[in-house]
This record gives sequence, structure tokens and C-alpha cells, in this order.
Amino acid sequence: MSVRFGVFAPLFGALVLAVGLAGCAKQPSELVVYSARNEQLIKPIFDRYSAESGQQIRFVTDDAGPLIERLNAEGANSQADILMTVDAGELWHAADLGLLQSVNSEALNTNIPESLRDPQGRWFGFSIRARTIVYSTERVKPEELSDYAALGGERWKGKLCLRTSKKVYNQSLVAMLIAEYGEPKTEEIVRGWVANLATEPFSNDTLLMEAIAAGQCDVGLVNTYYFGRLLRDQPDLPLKLFWADQTGQGVHINISGAGVTAHAPRGEQAKKFLEWLSQPEAQSMFAGLNLEYPASPSIEPDPIVKAWGDFKRSPMNVAQAGELQATAVKLMDRVGYR
Amino acid sequence: MSAEIVQAETRRAWRDPLSVVLAVVLCLPALVPLLVIAHATISPEAEVWAHLSRYVLPEVTINTIKLLIGVALLSGIVGTVLAWLTSICEFPGRRFFDWALLLPLAIPTYVLAFVAVGFLDFAGPLQSWLRAVTGSSAWVPKIRSTGGVIFVLSLALYPYVYLLARTAFLTQGRRALEAAQMLGLGRAAATWKVALPMARPWIAAGIALVCMETLADFGAVSVFNYNTFTTAIYRAWFGMFSVSAALELAGVLLLFVIAAFALERSSRAGARFASSRDMTRQATRLNLGPVARWSAFVGAALVLALSFVLPLLQLLIWSVENVGDIDSRYWGFIARSLVLAGSAAVVIVLASLALAYIERRRSTRSMRMLVRLATLGYAIPGTVLAVGIAVPLVLLNNQLQNWLRAWMGESAPVLLLQGTLLAVLIAYLARFLTVGFNPVESGLQRVTRSIDEAAASLGVVGTDLIRKVHVPLLRTSLATAATLVFVDVMKEMPITLITRPPGWDTLAVRVWEMTSEGEWERAALPAVAIVLVGLIPAAMLTRRGAHVA
Repeated sequence: MSVRFGVFAPLFGALVLAVGLAGCAKQPSELVVYSARNEQLIKPIFDRYSAESGQQIRFVTDDAGPLIERLNAEGANSQADILMTVDAGELWHAADLGLLQSVNSEALNTNIPESLRDPQGRWFGFSIRARTIVYSTERVKPEELSDYAALGGERWKGKLCLRTSKKVYNQSLVAMLIAEYGEPKTEEIVRGWVANLATEPFSNDTLLMEAIAAGQCDVGLVNTYYFGRLLRDQPDLPLKLFWADQTGQGVHINISGAGVTAHAPRGEQAKKFLEWLSQPEAQSMFAGLNLEYPASPSIEPDPIVKAWGDFKRSPMNVAQAGELQATAVKLMDRVGYR
Repeated sequence: MSAEIVQAETRRAWRDPLSVVLAVVLCLPALVPLLVIAHATISPEAEVWAHLSRYVLPEVTINTIKLLIGVALLSGIVGTVLAWLTSICEFPGRRFFDWALLLPLAIPTYVLAFVAVGFLDFAGPLQSWLRAVTGSSAWVPKIRSTGGVIFVLSLALYPYVYLLARTAFLTQGRRALEAAQMLGLGRAAATWKVALPMARPWIAAGIALVCMETLADFGAVSVFNYNTFTTAIYRAWFGMFSVSAALELAGVLLLFVIAAFALERSSRAGARFASSRDMTRQATRLNLGPVARWSAFVGAALVLALSFVLPLLQLLIWSVENVGDIDSRYWGFIARSLVLAGSAAVVIVLASLALAYIERRRSTRSMRMLVRLATLGYAIPGTVLAVGIAVPLVLLNNQLQNWLRAWMGESAPVLLLQGTLLAVLIAYLARFLTVGFNPVESGLQRVTRSIDEAAASLGVVGTDLIRKVHVPLLRTSLATAATLVFVDVMKEMPITLITRPPGWDTLAVRVWEMTSEGEWERAALPAVAIVLVGLIPAAMLTRRGAHVA
């Protein structure tokens, strides 16, 4: 007996210590946010709110998928009050799993347009991200460009660069194309893209734009804020944005948004924070930090963003991106879009 | 005291159920996710499975096999040859390379991946420069390719093989080689017929670790957009929202692991290895010819440059460009990385020690099976493992809470096992148990029964036996286990991300914040910090290893 005890006592000691440390983790009055929006893009917002309202905020960042699984596993015990993502499909999925609660708020319903929030009030978009065409000013004339479908045409054979289909932005884009054109037509479009690829899909938008600038390809699809960031660092790159599908549905948009969790221990404070996020000052800051478009139509975007000009946005409710996401992923599997 | 008494005492302990219970508890974190996966695989969801088996499985199976074979071969050869050179032969710079070749352990695979792609891809500095100077870079091999992934993963992972092969050669190689040569074998024949076969279990164990790392890797293959089982699991789970499909894929992945494992075990089958106890006598080193000496130098220098020096330089250059990101919070990131890695090292080494002792005392088939299964956690993608643990942990938490309420009424404290450091440590235990267990187990194997019996005959039994005899003999193994776990946890990303309590951002989390936004240059700063902090234990390990030699 004594032999075993001698070896295992420290082990149990360590476990007890860990449990002790674990107990220190909770501080009941602090709002807890699970955020797929990264630290550098969200902490300044939290800090501002804390300074204005005295409400302290703790947060955990991760990709939306794992965060949603974590929320799901924690169930009624979860300490999270708010789930924040950078894609509508993921909010839709969380709501679908019953992880978000309906919030009825005059302020949110007034400030956030209907197409950018859940019809049942379980989530709201706080900024708009546009996914459109970027092209090389050295090798492409803007007249040659039109909509997403045309990128599958003969003109762009070996000239197209895409980001991986694993990224949710592309899954949402294809989902929205399915909503617009139906599955068979969309499959044809995406097949055309794959046939036109100049090189294997990239793991992020920035690499893709650098490849266009370096001459590996001529056109690609990106979220506009990546373009903004890259050009802010290297203003001389021969790249420009083209607003896609202006004679049709309009540019594909997505949101970065949030909802109050189903078991939020601090539901009221969570609602207050979301309402604050829809106010002009927060809206301008939330979108401005990442060069996105504010969700509230009355707020001006950052001057850099404004300089890209106005464009027609797809009016479809972003929730469809979630409903059709699985269909979109399977479609991309079928046509070999990696 | 006679051997009979020792055996009787040991037999009494075997019957004691407490050690069995403890073994099961230690293995549970890894076993529960495995059971969840096995359950899902047995009853597949027909529609999703049809899609996967037609469009996804063929590609990822072939890709995964190619990757496994490529990385196992390349890292196996590089690791073994370098270990051979530094521990058996003499060549310029040998003393330096002996420890320096372990340094790449401190660089996370995903960091090496983004440095390689950032530097070598079409738009990267190398090819851009070539185009500016020579007008074309078309002849440069594509880094974002199967070969590129194999190359990068092998560079990142060869130290596992190197470390273990080096141990084998140091403890037996040179003397065995001398003996073989005395018996009339030529140098080459002695190498092939004696030293390599004797080192095989260690080399195989190193390659098994590399294979498991490769199978579980998500970060590095994502940078290359190379589809493997792991990426397919993530895609089914988070893209198609299908937990069942993800688990089924994980089930197929597990079959791979079990096959790799069986392979490793069978290579050890029947053989029992005891190292020579006379470790103090310095055998003479092989003197290489002038061409071989300098080839050895160039080879070792090349591997070190590609796997460590050049990547670190690139990271430093990027860090200097983004030096403005440094603020006081970095102390917090570093401190939390250290606390997590340190406590994980303590917990996992103690757990490994407990398991190794239980296995030694109760060497039954079922006990060995249990321990083997528990070490499979190393090959399961971190996120799958973490979620597989979170669900039962919440159930356990709620049950405990109910008992507390029944006992204490309304005044009962609120229990929160999930989303705390305990959950993080349990997940680390599930993932890294094998990293700690392997060195401890092989160390304990060298403490032969005759040593125990000799000690017993001198009246040293029980706690004294462990304290006075085993601990000194195991010191190097324990240090190796602790260092490997420490460095692995420093680099670990997915489990830390999903299980950490709010506010527990580490250096690896910091890297993720930047890479997930495509800002590789800004990820360099926390990556450099990981490397530098990880270097401290890596250096300690090599110093320890050095005095064994």
C-alpha cells in the first residue's frame, strides 16, 4: 500500500490543485462572450463598452465551429452569454441547434436591417462584409468583368485564383448562389471556376491577392476588408476591386454578428450590450476596426472603405447561407473544389 | 529477504483492485472519445456516408497514405542518419550538432508551414527575386504540393526520431559496433547487421510518434490546403454540420493509427532489450574519411538550416517589422503558456509513471491493451478529442452538482469542471499521454527485476525502493518525458483554443489570432516567443542527454 501511495500522492495533489484553480475561474457579474471575431478586432469594442457602462467583459476566441460545439457541450451550465461569429451561416447553425435565444428589442429591430438579422431575433448582424472580385489592373480591363458566374467562362482559363472551399466565406457564397440560381446551375458555375484555376486554392485571401499582384493569376474572389488591409500596407499593388453582379442580384454580402445564448446567466446585460453595438458610435467602430461596412444603414463606413464607391448589395436574407451551407459543401466536393 | 518474499509482495499488489481503478481513470480521457467515435462508426448515417465515400474518402485516403509514407520515410532516414553520425562517428562540429539538431522541436509544425509557404510560394520573396533577376521562376518546385507538405512535416518532426535513435546508439551502439568489429565484421556490415537492428525499436517508436503527429495535424496541412482525414473531419463537422460524418471519418482515421501501432509493436515483438549497464566507459568513435566527414558536416548543417535557422530568421525579420504589437500583455501570454505546459508536464509524467508501474506489476493482457488504447489519443485531432471529453465532463459535473445540492442544499457551491483549467489538463492528458508514457515505460523496462531483488536483499523495499533505487535510475527518462510534453503543450493549438477558460490566452492562441486572419507576418512575433521559450527545456534535455553519453 505504502508504495502506491508514495507514487500517487503527488498526482492526486496536482489534480486537487487543478480543481482549486478551476474554482477561481468564475466571476458572476462579468459578461462572457464566445467570439469567432478575433481578439484584435473585438477587444477595443469590449474595452470601450466597459469604460462607458462599467460592465466588465471576459471572452474566449476560437473558430465558430469549435465554439458552437463547446457551447453545445456545456449546455445549461455554460457561462457564455453571447456567441459572436464572422459568418451568418454559423449563427444560423447555432440557432438551429437551439443554442441562441430570441431577443425582442426595439433598438436592434430599428437599427439593424431585416435582411441582416434572424427573423426570430436569435441573432443580429453588426457589420457587413462584401465578397467580390479583385483584379490585376495590369492585365485586366474592368469591362471584361461582370458577375460571379462569368468567372467560370473561357476568358479566365488559367487566370483565376480562389481561396480554399474549406473557408466558410466561400461556402456561404456558394450557398447564396444556390439560393439565387438553383443547385444544377450553381454546380455548373463552380465547375467552371475549378476548370479556370491558375493554381491550387490558397489558404487565405491575402495570399490570393499577392498571387494576383505577382502575376500568377489575374482575378480572384475576396472579402473587401482583406483588400483594404493589404492596400493600406502596400498602396502601390496593381490591384482593384470590382463590384460583382451589379445588373443582377448584387454583391454577395455576409455579416459578422452575435446572439444571446439560450442559457445566458446574464441575459439582460447581454441584450444591453448588443443594443449598444447597434448604436452609431459602436457601429462605426465595430466596422471601422476591420474596414467593413456598418450594418446600420445610416452610418458611414471608414474613409478608406468609402473610397471604393457604392454598390448594389444582394437583398437576400443572410440566413439562407446557413440553411444551404451543407448543400454548398457537398456541391463543392462534387466538382473537386478543394 | 529472499526473492520469494518480493514476489509474494508483488502478487498481493496485483490482486489489489485500486491500481486497476486508477489505471482505468487515467486512461478514461483518451478512451471516452474513442468509444464515442467507435459507436458512431458502427452505425453510419447512410446519406452523408454515401457522399463521403464517393467524393471525399478516395482523395483523403490516398493523400493521407502518401503523406504518412513520405513523412515516415524522410523523417525516419534523416533522424536515424543524423543520430548515427552524432553519436557514433566523429566529424567537424559534431558536439554542436549533437544538441542543436534537437532545436526544431521548439518550432510548431503550423509555424514551419506558414514560413515555408510564405517564403517559397510564387508570390514569396525567393521566387519574386528570381523573377526580377532571371526573368523566370518556373523551374522552382511548387511548395504547395504533396512533396512540399512531406518536406515541411519531415523537417518539423524528424527530431522525434533523432532523439530516440540517438538514445539507442548512445546506450549500446558504439560498444556493440566494437564487439562486432572484433568478431571480424567490416564497418558497414557491423552497422547494418548489428547497430541498426539493435536500435530498431527506438527508431520505430520515433517514427510511430511522427506518424501520429502527422495524422492528427490540422494546422500545417491547412496552410498547404492539402486534404487529409483531419481536414475532412473538420469540413464534415463544421461545414456540413454533420457530427456523425465527422465521427465516422475519425473512425476510419483510427484504423490507420491502429495499423501504424500494430506495425510498431510487431517490430518489437519478442525482442527484449536491456541496455548495457556499463555506461561510463567511453568507446572510441568511428573516424570517417575526409569526404565522409565533410559530407556529414554539410548534411547536418543543411538540415539544421532548413528546419531551424532559416525559419527562425524569417520569423525574426517579420517580428521586427511588427514589433509594435509587443505590449505588456505578452508577459501574460508567456506566463500562461508556461503554467499550462508546466502543469501538463507534471500531471502527464506522474500519470505515465503510475501507468508504467501498474503495467509492470499487473502485466496482464487486458492491462496492456488498456494502456495501448489510452495512448492512441496522440493521433486524434485535438478538437475531436476536446469535444469528446467535454460532453462526458459536463455530465459528470452535473451529477456531482446534484449530489452536492442533495447534501448541502441551496448553499452548495456551483461546480464548473468544464471551461476551467481542469478541462484543459484532462484534454492534454488524453492527447499527450503517449509522449510521456513512452520514455517512462522504456526507462522502467531497464530497471530489471534483478535490480529490485538485489535491493530487496539489502532490505530496500516499498517507498524506499522507489526513492533510493528507481528514481535515480529513471531520472533521465522522466526528464525526457517532461521536456517532450512541455514543448508539445507550448506548441499545442486546437485543444488550448477550445478548452481554455476566458482570459487564458497563450502564445499559441496569439499565433492563431493572426494566422486565422491571414496575417502571417504578425503571427511571427508570438511564434518566435514559442520557439524561444520552448528552447529552454530543449536545451536542458540535450544537456542531460549529453552527460549520459
